[in-house]
Amino acid sequence: MQTAIQHFPVLIVAISLVSAISILVAGWTNKKTPPFISITTVLAQFVASILILNHVLTKGPIHYWLGGWKPPWGIEYVVDVLNAYVLVILLFLGLTCAVYSKRSIEHELPQKTVSFYALYQLLITGLCGVTVTGDIFNMYVFIEIMSLSAYALIGSRGKIALKASFTYLVLGSIGACFFLLGIGFLYSVTGSLNMHDLSILLPPLYGNKMVRAAFVLFIVGLSVKMAFFPLHTWLPDAHAFAPSEISAMLSGIIIEVCTYAFIRLAFSVFSVNFLTLLPIFDILCWVAGIAIIMGSLLAMTQFNLKRMLAYSSVANMGYIMLAVGLSTSAKNFPWCGLTPALMHMLNHALMKGCLFLVAGAFIYKADLWNIAELRGLGRRMPYTCAAFVIAAISMIGVPPSVGFVSKLYIIFASLEAKKFAFVAILLVSSLLNLVYFWRVIETMYMKREEGEEHAHASMNSRDEIPLSMLIPVLGLASLCMVMGVLWLAGITIPILNKVNAMFGLMVVR
Amino acid sequence: MEWFIEEVFAKYNYWISIILMLIGFYAMIAKDNLIKKIIGLNIFQTAIFLFFISLGVVKGGTAPIVDEEMVSKGYVYVNPLPHVLILTAIVVAVSTTAVALSLIIRMYEEYGTIQEEEIIEKSRVKG
Repeated sequence: MQTAIQHFPVLIVAISLVSAISILVAGWTNKKTPPFISITTVLAQFVASILILNHVLTKGPIHYWLGGWKPPWGIEYVVDVLNAYVLVILLFLGLTCAVYSKRSIEHELPQKTVSFYALYQLLITGLCGVTVTGDIFNMYVFIEIMSLSAYALIGSRGKIALKASFTYLVLGSIGACFFLLGIGFLYSVTGSLNMHDLSILLPPLYGNKMVRAAFVLFIVGLSVKMAFFPLHTWLPDAHAFAPSEISAMLSGIIIEVCTYAFIRLAFSVFSVNFLTLLPIFDILCWVAGIAIIMGSLLAMTQFNLKRMLAYSSVANMGYIMLAVGLSTSAKNFPWCGLTPALMHMLNHALMKGCLFLVAGAFIYKADLWNIAELRGLGRRMPYTCAAFVIAAISMIGVPPSVGFVSKLYIIFASLEAKKFAFVAILLVSSLLNLVYFWRVIETMYMKREEGEEHAHASMNSRDEIPLSMLIPVLGLASLCMVMGVLWLAGITIPILNKVNAMFGLMVVR
Repeated sequence: MEWFIEEVFAKYNYWISIILMLIGFYAMIAKDNLIKKIIGLNIFQTAIFLFFISLGVVKGGTAPIVDEEMVSKGYVYVNPLPHVLILTAIVVAVSTTAVALSLIIRMYEEYGTIQEEEIIEKSRVKG
């Protein structure tokens, strides 16, 4: 069993790729099979990722050499605590969305189920690949696999979604090109592409302009991909018009995996010493602060529910990047280093996943896109709306929800870094969150449909979504609370502390 | 003049790729026609490929095929790794172009135009 786990990192990527092809083949003969193949594969991957996390926590990192080539020349897959943690999050949300999408896709894209699931598995392949790889060029290739399948999935609804997808494609490709150029710069000075090898070769070259330029190119390239504030313009349309499970994946996982790529590059390839040489993280903090406020303000002005959630994602990327920016200056347990950032990655995936899936449920049942149309839904779809309320109050930050915990930790971190402005920004943004989520909750529960008899009829007729869609939604909503309690009780904190210890971001006692 | 020779002529490969990169970038941002945007993207990507390829050049190097006899005669090889990377990157670029073109075809079927402004205008009318 121990030796088998050594092969899991590459298997996770490979079985997903194989299932993408087998879905196409199986879909020819029988159109009913694709969802089951997809769910089974993602379930197997999820179990494998949990085994990997367990192995990494108890036995240490896994190194896999592709084709047996030694690391500086061959491609190496490295899984340490950080990868394994991100892998578990992404496969969990991937599984939830796969289960949810079965009925939803049959309804929304009846002609395209086969190609939808093939692309979905390719998307998962790309995401897993970015996460497990230890080679910087390999990371670029996987980012492109992930993005290309995301472009196609976003465009699958047709009409305005095509335009949104095209905008994302152009901007995303620019981002990827910057990333590739950064790799070229690093390669030209070091002659290596392996992350571990680079981290040994780079320290004497920290003063080199080429290395600094490469770091800036990485930041800009990945900022486009992760929709960091001034470069977020592709995000609202892409999230609003994609199929809902893809919106959930985009918002909960894709932009977060790009954040993971940034953290990996900043702390593993470069190091904390490099980051303190330049005021880059101070600038990052301030841009993130603007992102939080602007994202929340723009969310308030939206009429379309999914567009509102999309702008809220922009604000949440601001939270994560703010936490990353503070990570070098806050070193005290328990909010030290990357803990708040990684914590909010999981939390945001749970909350936004739930919210987008609920938005998808409204579209599935009654084709409702605008907030004003949601009148009286609290009575028609009680469980779905309850899930929405739980996730929404979690976004606002009511204890003991996950949103509360991450905000609390980021506030503590900024207090320790003596950057009090960010405490104010976080509090203001919670207030703004309250305003725009309350608007939705108020429409769902308080406002009646026009005409008294209508209200009466809707009171009596319950019209819930099918069980295979309801279970993922309710599961994510309840996890919003359960994970919050787990974080507060400190049960899952040690995982993140291992990451901090790995990058030297913790006070050693 | 000496500076000019050292910084521009001696490093002409970098300058060429920077100029191409900016041309491509300009086309992606400023052009209204979607196909022209994609051409801009291709120019941008090709500029980066040229940058990579020029990194691998060794003066007087031959094709990187390992042969004991030639090594003993003092032949040098160009660095093959950038070529391999760029082969992969070309595949990525081709598939990006393919996805982009198929999106444009679908948009043309939907809106009857490939001018970005007109598409935005028409989608606003449709709601």
